Amino acid sequence: MMPVISAKGLTKKFDDFLAVDNIDFNIRKKECFGFLGPNGAGKTTTMRIIQCVSPKTSGSLKVNGIDAEEQPREVKELLGVVPQENNLDPDFTVFKNLMTYARYYGIPKREGKSRAQELLKFVQLEDKKNVIIEKLSSGMKRRLILARALINEPEILILDEPTTGLDPQARHLIWEKIMSLKREGVTVVLTTHYMEEASQLCDRLVIMDLGKIIVKGDPQGLVQKYIGSEIIEVDNKPETLTCILENKMSYEEFGDRVHIFTKEPKKFASKLMQRCKLDKVIIRQASLEDVFLTLTGKILRD
Amino acid sequence: MRVQNYFKIPNISYRVWKVWLRNMEVFMKTIKVNFIPPFFEPILYLLGIGFGLGLFVREMEGVPYPVFIAPALISISMMNSAFFECTFASFVRMYYQKTFDAIISTPLNMDEVIFGEILWGSTKSIINASIILLVVSIFQLVKFPESLLIIPFSFLVGLTFSAIAMCFTAIVPRIEFFNYPTFLFITPMFLFSGTFFPLHVLPLPIQSISFTLFPLTHAVYITRSLTMGAIESQVILSLIWFICVAVILTILSINLMKRRLIV
Repeated sequence: MMPVISAKGLTKKFDDFLAVDNIDFNIRKKECFGFLGPNGAGKTTTMRIIQCVSPKTSGSLKVNGIDAEEQPREVKELLGVVPQENNLDPDFTVFKNLMTYARYYGIPKREGKSRAQELLKFVQLEDKKNVIIEKLSSGMKRRLILARALINEPEILILDEPTTGLDPQARHLIWEKIMSLKREGVTVVLTTHYMEEASQLCDRLVIMDLGKIIVKGDPQGLVQKYIGSEIIEVDNKPETLTCILENKMSYEEFGDRVHIFTKEPKKFASKLMQRCKLDKVIIRQASLEDVFLTLTGKILRD
Repeated sequence: MRVQNYFKIPNISYRVWKVWLRNMEVFMKTIKVNFIPPFFEPILYLLGIGFGLGLFVREMEGVPYPVFIAPALISISMMNSAFFECTFASFVRMYYQKTFDAIISTPLNMDEVIFGEILWGSTKSIINASIILLVVSIFQLVKFPESLLIIPFSFLVGLTFSAIAMCFTAIVPRIEFFNYPTFLFITPMFLFSGTFFPLHVLPLPIQSISFTLFPLTHAVYITRSLTMGAIESQVILSLIWFICVAVILTILSINLMKRRLIV
Protein backbone atom coordinates (compact mmCIF):
# COMPACT_ATOMS: atom_id res chain seq x y z
CA MET A 1 0.00 0.00 0.00
CA MET A 2 1.24 3.48 -0.83
CA PRO A 3 2.39 5.37 2.27
CA VAL A 4 0.39 8.50 3.17
CA ILE A 5 3.51 10.46 3.93
CA SER A 6 6.87 9.44 2.60
CA ALA A 7 10.18 11.19 3.04
CA LYS A 8 13.44 10.33 1.32
CA GLY A 9 16.72 11.94 2.21
CA LEU A 10 14.84 14.82 3.83
CA THR A 11 17.26 17.50 4.94
CA LYS A 12 16.86 20.96 6.44
CA LYS A 13 19.72 23.31 7.03
CA PHE A 14 19.53 26.65 8.85
CA ASP A 15 22.60 28.74 7.97
CA ASP A 16 25.26 26.50 9.52
CA PHE A 17 23.01 24.26 11.59
CA LEU A 18 21.73 20.94 10.27
CA ALA A 19 18.28 20.58 11.87
CA VAL A 20 17.13 17.55 9.90
CA ASP A 21 19.86 15.35 8.51
CA ASN A 22 18.95 13.10 5.61
CA ILE A 23 16.01 11.18 7.12
CA ASP A 24 13.71 8.61 5.52
CA PHE A 25 10.33 7.52 6.80
CA ASN A 26 7.03 6.15 5.52
CA ILE A 27 3.80 6.74 7.36
CA ARG A 28 0.97 4.31 6.61
CA LYS A 29 -2.67 5.13 6.23
CA LYS A 30 -4.71 5.11 9.45
CA GLU A 31 -1.78 4.51 11.77
CA CYS A 32 -0.50 6.72 14.55
CA PHE A 33 3.12 7.51 13.88
CA GLY A 34 5.30 9.18 16.50
CA PHE A 35 8.40 11.32 16.36
CA LEU A 36 10.25 11.21 19.68
CA GLY A 37 13.39 12.95 20.64
CA PRO A 38 14.94 15.45 23.01
CA ASN A 39 14.58 19.19 22.39
CA GLY A 40 16.41 20.23 19.25
CA ALA A 41 16.23 16.75 17.71
CA GLY A 42 14.50 18.06 14.58
CA LYS A 43 10.95 16.87 15.27
CA THR A 44 9.21 20.20 14.92
CA THR A 45 11.27 21.12 11.86
CA THR A 46 10.15 17.87 10.24
CA MET A 47 6.52 18.66 11.11
CA ARG A 48 6.85 22.14 9.62
CA ILE A 49 8.17 20.70 6.38
CA ILE A 50 5.22 18.29 6.21
CA GLN A 51 2.83 21.21 6.81
CA CYS A 52 4.38 23.08 3.87
CA VAL A 53 5.26 26.09 6.01
CA SER A 54 9.00 25.55 5.95
CA PRO A 55 10.82 24.66 2.72
CA LYS A 56 13.16 21.67 2.83
CA THR A 57 16.81 22.07 1.84
CA SER A 58 16.98 18.78 -0.07
CA GLY A 59 15.39 15.36 -0.38
CA SER A 60 11.78 14.62 -1.18
CA LEU A 61 8.54 14.71 0.76
CA LYS A 62 5.26 13.41 -0.59
CA VAL A 63 1.85 13.48 1.03
CA ASN A 64 -0.64 11.14 -0.65
CA GLY A 65 1.77 11.09 -3.57
CA ILE A 66 1.64 14.90 -3.93
CA ASP A 67 4.91 16.78 -3.76
CA ALA A 68 4.69 19.11 -0.77
CA GLU A 69 6.79 21.82 -2.34
CA GLU A 70 5.10 21.86 -5.75
CA GLN A 71 1.50 21.75 -4.59
CA PRO A 72 1.40 23.09 -1.03
CA ARG A 73 -2.26 24.14 -1.20
CA GLU A 74 -3.38 20.63 -2.15
CA VAL A 75 -1.30 19.14 0.66
CA LYS A 76 -2.58 21.65 3.22
CA GLU A 77 -6.17 20.79 2.30
CA LEU A 78 -5.48 17.23 3.50
CA LEU A 79 -3.94 18.19 6.81
CA GLY A 80 -5.16 19.28 10.20
CA VAL A 81 -2.48 20.84 12.33
CA VAL A 82 -2.12 21.24 16.09
CA PRO A 83 1.00 23.40 16.39
CA GLN A 84 3.31 23.37 19.37
CA GLU A 85 2.61 26.99 20.21
CA ASN A 86 -0.96 28.12 20.74
CA ASN A 87 -1.97 30.43 17.93
CA LEU A 88 -5.69 30.83 18.41
CA ASP A 89 -7.01 34.20 17.30
CA PRO A 90 -7.29 36.28 20.49
CA ASP A 91 -9.47 38.84 18.74
CA PHE A 92 -12.32 36.34 18.39
CA THR A 93 -14.51 34.08 20.50
CA VAL A 94 -14.23 30.29 20.58
CA PHE A 95 -16.92 29.80 17.94
CA LYS A 96 -15.67 32.61 15.72
CA ASN A 97 -12.19 31.07 15.77
CA LEU A 98 -13.60 27.93 14.19
CA MET A 99 -15.72 29.89 11.71
CA THR A 100 -12.79 32.03 10.57
CA TYR A 101 -10.72 28.91 10.05
CA ALA A 102 -13.55 27.27 8.11
CA ARG A 103 -13.52 30.28 5.82
CA TYR A 104 -9.77 29.97 5.20
CA TYR A 105 -10.50 26.44 3.97
CA GLY A 106 -13.30 27.67 1.74
CA ILE A 107 -15.99 25.76 3.65
CA PRO A 108 -19.43 27.30 3.01
CA LYS A 109 -20.82 29.22 5.98
CA ARG A 110 -23.72 26.88 6.79
CA GLU A 111 -21.55 23.80 6.59
CA GLY A 112 -18.91 25.55 8.70
CA LYS A 113 -21.48 26.36 11.37
CA SER A 114 -22.68 22.80 11.71
CA ARG A 115 -19.12 21.44 11.75
CA ALA A 116 -18.08 24.00 14.38
CA GLN A 117 -21.05 23.04 16.58
CA GLU A 118 -20.22 19.37 16.29
CA LEU A 119 -16.54 19.88 16.97
CA LEU A 120 -17.22 21.96 20.07
CA LYS A 121 -19.31 19.07 21.32
CA PHE A 122 -16.55 16.63 20.45
CA VAL A 123 -13.94 18.55 22.49
CA GLN A 124 -16.47 19.37 25.25
CA LEU A 125 -16.41 23.13 24.84
CA GLU A 126 -20.06 23.74 23.89
CA ASP A 127 -20.67 25.94 26.91
CA LYS A 128 -17.63 28.09 26.05
CA LYS A 129 -18.94 28.89 22.58
CA ASN A 130 -19.07 32.66 23.03
CA VAL A 131 -16.13 33.04 25.38
CA ILE A 132 -13.12 35.07 24.34
CA ILE A 133 -9.88 33.07 24.00
CA GLU A 134 -7.98 34.61 26.91
CA LYS A 135 -10.64 33.34 29.33
CA LEU A 136 -9.89 29.71 28.48
CA SER A 137 -7.61 27.46 30.54
CA SER A 138 -4.59 25.99 28.77
CA GLY A 139 -6.31 22.61 28.50
CA MET A 140 -9.36 24.23 26.88
CA LYS A 141 -7.14 26.12 24.44
CA ARG A 142 -5.48 22.89 23.44
CA ARG A 143 -8.84 21.23 22.91
CA LEU A 144 -10.04 24.16 20.84
CA ILE A 145 -6.91 23.95 18.68
CA LEU A 146 -7.66 20.27 18.17
CA ALA A 147 -11.20 21.18 17.10
CA ARG A 148 -9.84 23.85 14.79
CA ALA A 149 -7.47 21.32 13.20
CA LEU A 150 -10.48 19.13 12.42
CA ILE A 151 -12.66 21.77 10.76
CA ASN A 152 -11.60 20.71 7.24
CA GLU A 153 -12.17 17.01 8.03
CA PRO A 154 -8.51 16.18 7.45
CA GLU A 155 -7.22 12.79 6.38
CA ILE A 156 -4.02 13.41 8.29
CA LEU A 157 -3.73 15.02 11.68
CA ILE A 158 -0.39 16.53 12.69
CA LEU A 159 0.08 16.99 16.42
CA ASP A 160 3.20 18.79 17.56
CA GLU A 161 3.48 18.14 21.29
CA PRO A 162 -0.28 18.20 21.79
CA THR A 163 -0.26 17.82 25.57
CA THR A 164 2.85 19.67 26.71
CA GLY A 165 2.13 21.65 29.86
CA LEU A 166 -1.29 20.11 30.53
CA ASP A 167 -2.49 18.53 33.75
CA PRO A 168 -3.19 14.76 33.74
CA GLN A 169 -6.95 15.17 33.32
CA ALA A 170 -6.59 17.43 30.32
CA ARG A 171 -3.94 15.16 28.86
CA HIS A 172 -6.10 12.06 29.16
CA LEU A 173 -9.01 13.85 27.53
CA ILE A 174 -6.82 14.78 24.55
CA TRP A 175 -5.52 11.21 24.29
CA GLU A 176 -9.05 9.88 24.31
CA LYS A 177 -9.96 12.23 21.45
CA ILE A 178 -6.90 11.26 19.44
CA MET A 179 -7.72 7.58 19.85
CA SER A 180 -11.30 8.07 18.76
CA LEU A 181 -10.12 9.97 15.66
CA LYS A 182 -7.75 7.14 14.87
CA ARG A 183 -10.60 4.66 15.10
CA GLU A 184 -12.47 6.78 12.58
CA GLY A 185 -9.60 6.30 10.15
CA VAL A 186 -7.59 9.49 10.53
CA THR A 187 -3.84 9.09 10.11
CA VAL A 188 -2.13 10.67 13.11
CA VAL A 189 1.40 12.04 13.14
CA LEU A 190 2.58 12.99 16.59
CA THR A 191 5.65 14.50 18.19
CA THR A 192 6.13 14.26 21.90
CA HIS A 193 8.69 13.88 24.59
CA TYR A 194 6.30 12.11 26.89
CA MET A 195 7.13 8.45 26.56
CA GLU A 196 3.87 7.41 28.13
CA GLU A 197 2.01 9.37 25.46
CA ALA A 198 4.00 7.68 22.72
CA SER A 199 3.47 4.17 24.06
CA GLN A 200 -0.23 4.77 24.58
CA LEU A 201 -0.95 6.27 21.19
CA CYS A 202 1.64 5.25 18.62
CA ASP A 203 1.54 2.15 16.45
CA ARG A 204 5.02 2.91 15.20
CA LEU A 205 7.54 5.54 16.05
CA VAL A 206 10.99 6.86 15.39
CA ILE A 207 13.40 8.32 17.90
CA MET A 208 15.33 11.30 16.56
CA ASP A 209 18.44 12.89 17.92
CA LEU A 210 20.59 15.66 16.45
CA GLY A 211 18.57 15.68 13.24
CA LYS A 212 18.87 11.97 12.57
CA ILE A 213 16.51 9.05 13.05
CA ILE A 214 18.32 6.72 15.40
CA VAL A 215 15.74 3.91 15.69
CA LYS A 216 12.36 3.02 14.29
CA GLY A 217 9.83 0.39 15.34
CA ASP A 218 6.76 -0.24 17.44
CA PRO A 219 6.87 0.76 21.13
CA GLN A 220 6.82 -2.78 22.59
CA GLY A 221 9.27 -4.08 20.01
CA LEU A 222 11.73 -1.30 20.77
CA VAL A 223 11.58 -1.93 24.50
CA GLN A 224 12.15 -5.65 23.95
CA LYS A 225 14.96 -5.09 21.51
CA TYR A 226 16.93 -2.47 23.40
CA ILE A 227 16.13 -3.17 27.04
CA GLY A 228 14.30 -6.48 27.55
CA SER A 229 11.14 -6.88 29.54
CA GLU A 230 12.34 -5.87 32.99
CA ILE A 231 14.93 -3.68 34.62
CA ILE A 232 16.65 -3.86 37.98
CA GLU A 233 17.24 -0.55 39.73
CA VAL A 234 19.75 -0.16 42.57
CA ASP A 235 21.31 2.78 44.41
CA ASN A 236 24.50 4.03 42.80
CA LYS A 237 27.22 3.14 45.35
CA PRO A 238 30.78 1.88 44.84
CA GLU A 239 29.75 -1.55 46.23
CA THR A 240 27.00 -1.75 43.66
CA LEU A 241 29.33 -1.23 40.76
CA THR A 242 31.85 -3.78 42.04
CA CYS A 243 29.08 -6.32 42.47
CA ILE A 244 27.74 -5.65 38.98
CA LEU A 245 31.19 -5.98 37.44
CA GLU A 246 31.89 -9.23 39.30
CA ASN A 247 28.72 -10.68 37.84
CA LYS A 248 29.37 -9.26 34.37
CA MET A 249 25.98 -7.58 34.12
CA SER A 250 25.26 -4.83 31.60
CA TYR A 251 24.26 -1.62 33.31
CA GLU A 252 23.94 2.11 32.96
CA GLU A 253 24.29 4.85 35.58
CA PHE A 254 21.46 7.39 35.87
CA GLY A 255 22.47 9.88 38.56
CA ASP A 256 22.12 8.21 41.94
CA ARG A 257 20.51 5.07 40.53
CA VAL A 258 21.93 2.27 38.42
CA HIS A 259 19.83 0.40 35.84
CA ILE A 260 20.75 -3.21 35.16
CA PHE A 261 19.62 -4.87 31.97
CA THR A 262 19.18 -8.60 32.08
CA LYS A 263 17.09 -11.47 30.80
CA GLU A 264 16.87 -13.01 34.28
CA PRO A 265 15.99 -10.14 36.59
CA LYS A 266 14.86 -12.25 39.56
CA LYS A 267 18.07 -14.25 39.68
CA PHE A 268 20.28 -11.18 39.52
CA ALA A 269 18.19 -9.23 41.98
CA SER A 270 18.56 -11.92 44.61
CA LYS A 271 22.29 -12.09 43.89
CA LEU A 272 22.54 -8.35 44.47
CA MET A 273 20.63 -8.56 47.72
CA GLN A 274 22.11 -11.73 49.18
CA ARG A 275 25.70 -11.88 48.02
CA CYS A 276 26.43 -8.19 47.79
CA LYS A 277 24.14 -7.17 50.67
CA LEU A 278 22.57 -4.30 48.73
CA ASP A 279 19.20 -2.90 49.73
CA LYS A 280 16.59 -0.91 47.76
CA VAL A 281 16.75 -3.33 44.85
CA ILE A 282 13.73 -2.87 42.59
CA ILE A 283 12.58 -4.94 39.64
CA ARG A 284 10.27 -3.07 37.31
CA GLN A 285 8.84 -3.26 33.80
CA ALA A 286 11.07 -1.72 31.18
CA SER A 287 9.49 1.20 29.36
CA LEU A 288 10.00 3.34 26.33
CA GLU A 289 11.60 5.91 28.60
CA ASP A 290 14.45 3.48 29.25
CA VAL A 291 14.95 3.02 25.52
CA PHE A 292 14.88 6.76 25.03
CA LEU A 293 17.38 7.55 27.77
CA THR A 294 19.68 4.71 26.77
CA LEU A 295 19.76 5.79 23.15
CA THR A 296 19.82 9.56 23.47
CA GLY A 297 22.01 9.74 26.55
CA LYS A 298 21.48 11.66 29.70
CA ILE A 299 23.01 15.00 28.82
CA LEU A 300 20.67 17.94 29.21
CA ARG A 301 19.85 19.39 25.82
CA ASP A 302 19.18 23.09 26.13
CA MET B 1 20.03 37.24 -1.34
CA ARG B 2 20.31 38.56 -4.88
CA VAL B 3 18.45 41.70 -5.89
CA GLN B 4 15.93 39.97 -8.16
CA ASN B 5 14.87 37.79 -5.23
CA TYR B 6 13.47 40.89 -3.55
CA PHE B 7 11.21 41.56 -6.51
CA LYS B 8 9.74 38.13 -7.24
CA ILE B 9 6.16 38.38 -8.39
CA PRO B 10 3.95 37.28 -5.47
CA ASN B 11 1.69 34.25 -5.76
CA ILE B 12 -1.70 35.71 -4.89
CA SER B 13 -5.17 34.21 -5.37
CA TYR B 14 -8.69 35.36 -4.48
CA ARG B 15 -8.03 33.96 -0.99
CA VAL B 16 -6.34 37.24 -0.04
CA TRP B 17 -9.85 38.51 0.56
CA LYS B 18 -10.17 36.20 3.58
CA VAL B 19 -7.25 37.86 5.32
CA TRP B 20 -8.78 41.27 4.66
CA LEU B 21 -12.14 40.07 5.95
CA ARG B 22 -10.60 38.74 9.17
CA ASN B 23 -9.21 42.19 9.96
CA MET B 24 -12.42 43.89 8.90
CA GLU B 25 -14.40 41.69 11.29
CA VAL B 26 -12.12 42.57 14.18
CA PHE B 27 -12.52 46.26 13.27
CA MET B 28 -16.31 45.94 13.13
CA LYS B 29 -16.43 44.52 16.66
CA THR B 30 -15.38 47.89 18.04
CA ILE B 31 -16.70 50.05 15.23
CA LYS B 32 -18.08 52.83 17.42
CA VAL B 33 -14.80 53.36 19.22
CA ASN B 34 -12.92 53.21 15.91
CA PHE B 35 -14.78 56.19 14.53
CA ILE B 36 -14.04 58.55 17.42
CA PRO B 37 -10.36 59.43 16.79
CA PRO B 38 -10.61 60.14 13.03
CA PHE B 39 -13.69 62.26 13.70
CA PHE B 40 -12.37 64.41 16.55
CA GLU B 41 -8.71 64.67 15.65
CA PRO B 42 -9.26 66.86 12.55
CA ILE B 43 -11.68 69.02 14.53
CA LEU B 44 -8.93 69.66 17.10
CA TYR B 45 -6.41 70.48 14.37
CA LEU B 46 -8.85 72.74 12.59
CA LEU B 47 -9.68 74.60 15.78
CA GLY B 48 -6.12 74.80 17.09
CA ILE B 49 -4.10 75.38 13.97
CA GLY B 50 -6.66 76.29 11.31
CA PHE B 51 -8.68 78.84 13.23
CA GLY B 52 -6.25 79.61 16.10
CA LEU B 53 -3.04 80.06 14.17
CA GLY B 54 -5.20 81.13 11.21
CA LEU B 55 -6.11 84.30 13.11
CA PHE B 56 -2.53 85.47 12.56
CA VAL B 57 -1.83 83.78 9.26
CA ARG B 58 -5.18 84.65 7.71
CA GLU B 59 -4.25 83.65 4.19
CA MET B 60 -1.79 81.19 2.71
CA GLU B 61 -1.25 81.02 -1.06
CA GLY B 62 -4.27 83.22 -1.54
CA VAL B 63 -6.78 81.13 0.44
CA PRO B 64 -7.97 81.25 4.07
CA TYR B 65 -5.62 79.20 6.27
CA PRO B 66 -8.18 76.51 7.25
CA VAL B 67 -8.88 75.92 3.56
CA PHE B 68 -5.12 75.53 3.00
CA ILE B 69 -4.63 72.93 5.73
CA ALA B 70 -7.87 70.94 5.24
CA PRO B 71 -6.40 68.76 2.42
CA ALA B 72 -3.22 68.32 4.49
CA LEU B 73 -5.26 66.95 7.40
CA ILE B 74 -6.95 64.48 5.07
CA SER B 75 -3.62 63.38 3.57
CA ILE B 76 -1.92 63.03 6.96
CA SER B 77 -4.70 60.78 8.14
CA MET B 78 -4.35 58.61 5.00
CA MET B 79 -0.68 58.27 5.84
CA ASN B 80 -1.05 57.62 9.56
CA SER B 81 -3.89 55.14 9.37
CA ALA B 82 -2.12 52.95 6.81
CA PHE B 83 1.34 53.33 8.29
CA PHE B 84 0.38 52.52 11.86
CA GLU B 85 -1.89 49.66 10.82
CA CYS B 86 0.88 47.90 8.91
CA THR B 87 3.61 48.59 11.46
CA PHE B 88 2.38 48.22 15.04
CA ALA B 89 -0.88 46.39 14.39
CA SER B 90 0.58 43.99 11.80
CA PHE B 91 3.58 43.35 14.02
CA VAL B 92 1.32 42.42 16.91
CA ARG B 93 -0.59 40.00 14.70
CA MET B 94 2.62 38.56 13.26
CA TYR B 95 4.81 38.35 16.36
CA TYR B 96 2.64 38.24 19.46
CA GLN B 97 -0.64 36.75 18.26
CA LYS B 98 0.91 34.33 15.73
CA THR B 99 -2.06 35.05 13.50
CA PHE B 100 0.03 34.69 10.33
CA ASP B 101 1.31 31.26 11.41
CA ALA B 102 -2.23 30.08 12.02
CA ILE B 103 -3.40 31.29 8.62
CA ILE B 104 -0.58 29.74 6.60
CA SER B 105 -1.31 26.24 7.85
CA THR B 106 -4.54 26.50 5.85
CA PRO B 107 -4.56 26.67 2.02
CA LEU B 108 -3.56 30.35 2.17
CA ASN B 109 0.08 31.27 1.64
CA MET B 110 2.29 33.98 3.10
CA ASP B 111 2.01 36.19 0.00
CA GLU B 112 -1.74 36.34 0.51
CA VAL B 113 -1.42 37.04 4.22
CA ILE B 114 0.91 39.99 3.66
CA PHE B 115 -1.01 41.40 0.73
CA GLY B 116 -4.23 41.01 2.72
CA GLU B 117 -2.67 43.05 5.52
CA ILE B 118 -1.60 45.72 3.02
CA LEU B 119 -5.08 45.85 1.51
CA TRP B 120 -6.51 46.20 4.99
CA GLY B 121 -4.10 49.08 5.75
CA SER B 122 -5.30 50.74 2.53
CA THR B 123 -8.88 50.23 3.61
CA LYS B 124 -8.20 51.95 6.93
CA SER B 125 -6.85 54.82 4.87
CA ILE B 126 -10.11 55.04 2.89
CA ILE B 127 -12.21 54.87 6.05
CA ASN B 128 -10.29 57.60 7.88
CA ALA B 129 -9.95 59.88 4.86
CA SER B 130 -13.71 59.65 4.29
CA ILE B 131 -14.53 60.57 7.88
CA ILE B 132 -12.24 63.60 7.76
CA LEU B 133 -13.62 64.62 4.40
CA LEU B 134 -17.02 64.66 6.08
CA VAL B 135 -15.72 66.82 8.93
CA VAL B 136 -14.03 69.41 6.70
CA SER B 137 -17.04 69.59 4.43
CA ILE B 138 -19.20 70.42 7.46
CA PHE B 139 -16.87 73.42 7.92
CA GLN B 140 -17.27 74.12 4.19
CA LEU B 141 -13.55 74.00 3.52
CA VAL B 142 -13.63 71.80 0.40
CA LYS B 143 -15.17 71.93 -3.06
CA PHE B 144 -17.57 69.30 -4.39
CA PRO B 145 -17.87 67.19 -6.51
CA GLU B 146 -14.07 67.18 -7.13
CA SER B 147 -13.38 66.27 -3.49
CA LEU B 148 -15.28 63.02 -3.85
CA LEU B 149 -12.32 61.74 -5.87
CA ILE B 150 -10.33 61.83 -2.61
CA ILE B 151 -12.07 58.61 -1.56
CA PRO B 152 -10.69 56.39 -4.35
CA PHE B 153 -7.39 58.28 -4.25
CA SER B 154 -6.97 57.47 -0.55
CA PHE B 155 -6.76 53.80 -1.51
CA LEU B 156 -3.64 54.46 -3.59
CA VAL B 157 -2.05 56.54 -0.83
CA GLY B 158 -2.99 53.87 1.71
CA LEU B 159 -1.48 51.15 -0.46
CA THR B 160 1.81 53.05 -0.69
CA PHE B 161 2.07 53.75 3.02
CA SER B 162 0.98 50.22 3.94
CA ALA B 163 3.70 48.79 1.71
CA ILE B 164 6.32 51.13 3.19
CA ALA B 165 5.16 50.16 6.67
CA MET B 166 5.27 46.46 5.81
CA CYS B 167 8.91 46.83 4.67
CA PHE B 168 9.76 48.18 8.12
CA THR B 169 7.73 45.42 9.80
CA ALA B 170 9.78 42.90 7.85
CA ILE B 171 13.08 44.20 9.18
CA VAL B 172 12.57 45.50 12.73
CA PRO B 173 13.85 43.09 15.38
CA ARG B 174 11.42 44.32 18.05
CA ILE B 175 8.32 46.46 18.18
CA GLU B 176 10.18 49.36 19.89
CA PHE B 177 12.22 49.83 16.70
CA PHE B 178 9.21 51.37 14.95
CA ASN B 179 10.14 54.57 16.77
CA TYR B 180 12.90 55.07 14.18
CA PRO B 181 10.78 55.18 11.01
CA THR B 182 8.15 57.15 12.89
CA PHE B 183 10.64 59.76 14.02
CA LEU B 184 12.89 59.82 10.95
CA PHE B 185 10.29 59.44 8.20
CA ILE B 186 6.73 60.14 9.34
CA THR B 187 7.44 63.24 11.44
CA PRO B 188 9.55 65.03 8.77
CA MET B 189 6.86 64.27 6.22
CA PHE B 190 4.20 65.61 8.53
CA LEU B 191 6.04 68.94 8.58
CA PHE B 192 7.77 69.25 5.21
CA SER B 193 5.33 68.00 2.60
CA GLY B 194 3.54 71.24 1.88
CA THR B 195 1.19 70.46 4.75
CA PHE B 196 1.08 73.61 6.91
CA PHE B 197 3.08 75.91 4.62
CA PRO B 198 3.89 75.69 0.92
CA LEU B 199 6.86 73.65 -0.26
CA HIS B 200 8.52 76.50 -2.18
CA VAL B 201 9.58 78.37 0.96
CA LEU B 202 12.01 75.54 1.77
CA PRO B 203 15.65 75.51 0.51
CA LEU B 204 15.89 73.88 -2.90
CA PRO B 205 17.68 70.65 -1.82
CA ILE B 206 15.01 69.97 0.79
CA GLN B 207 12.32 70.71 -1.75
CA SER B 208 13.74 68.11 -4.10
CA ILE B 209 14.10 65.52 -1.34
CA SER B 210 10.53 66.20 -0.37
CA PHE B 211 9.39 65.85 -3.94
CA THR B 212 11.24 62.66 -4.79
CA LEU B 213 11.09 60.75 -1.51
CA PHE B 214 8.03 61.89 0.41
CA PRO B 215 4.80 60.22 -0.66
CA LEU B 216 2.96 62.67 1.55
CA THR B 217 4.12 65.57 -0.65
CA HIS B 218 2.39 64.02 -3.65
CA ALA B 219 -0.64 63.07 -1.56
CA VAL B 220 -1.06 66.63 -0.26
CA TYR B 221 -0.56 68.08 -3.74
CA ILE B 222 -3.21 65.88 -5.33
CA THR B 223 -5.66 66.19 -2.44
CA ARG B 224 -5.28 69.97 -2.37
CA SER B 225 -5.93 70.14 -6.11
CA LEU B 226 -9.16 68.24 -5.50
CA THR B 227 -10.38 70.16 -2.43
CA MET B 228 -9.77 73.49 -4.16
CA GLY B 229 -11.20 72.27 -7.43
CA ALA B 230 -8.06 73.48 -9.24
CA ILE B 231 -6.67 70.45 -11.02
CA GLU B 232 -3.48 71.06 -12.97
CA SER B 233 -1.95 68.68 -15.50
CA GLN B 234 1.01 67.88 -13.15
CA VAL B 235 -1.45 65.90 -11.05
CA ILE B 236 -1.00 63.11 -13.58
CA LEU B 237 2.74 62.97 -12.84
CA SER B 238 2.11 62.66 -9.12
CA LEU B 239 -0.43 59.93 -9.78
CA ILE B 240 2.05 58.00 -11.92
CA TRP B 241 4.67 58.47 -9.19
CA PHE B 242 2.24 56.95 -6.68
CA ILE B 243 1.29 53.99 -8.83
CA CYS B 244 4.94 53.10 -9.52
CA VAL B 245 6.01 53.41 -5.88
CA ALA B 246 2.96 51.50 -4.63
CA VAL B 247 3.51 48.56 -6.98
CA ILE B 248 7.27 48.32 -6.43
CA LEU B 249 7.07 48.60 -2.65
CA THR B 250 4.17 46.18 -2.34
CA ILE B 251 6.19 43.53 -4.17
CA LEU B 252 9.31 44.36 -2.17
CA SER B 253 7.49 44.23 1.16
CA ILE B 254 5.98 40.81 0.43
CA ASN B 255 9.40 39.40 -0.46
CA LEU B 256 11.00 40.96 2.61
CA MET B 257 8.32 39.49 4.85
CA LYS B 258 8.79 36.07 3.31
CA ARG B 259 12.50 36.31 3.97
CA ARG B 260 11.70 37.01 7.62
CA LEU B 261 8.94 34.47 8.13
CA ILE B 262 9.56 31.55 5.82
CA VAL B 263 12.55 29.71 7.23
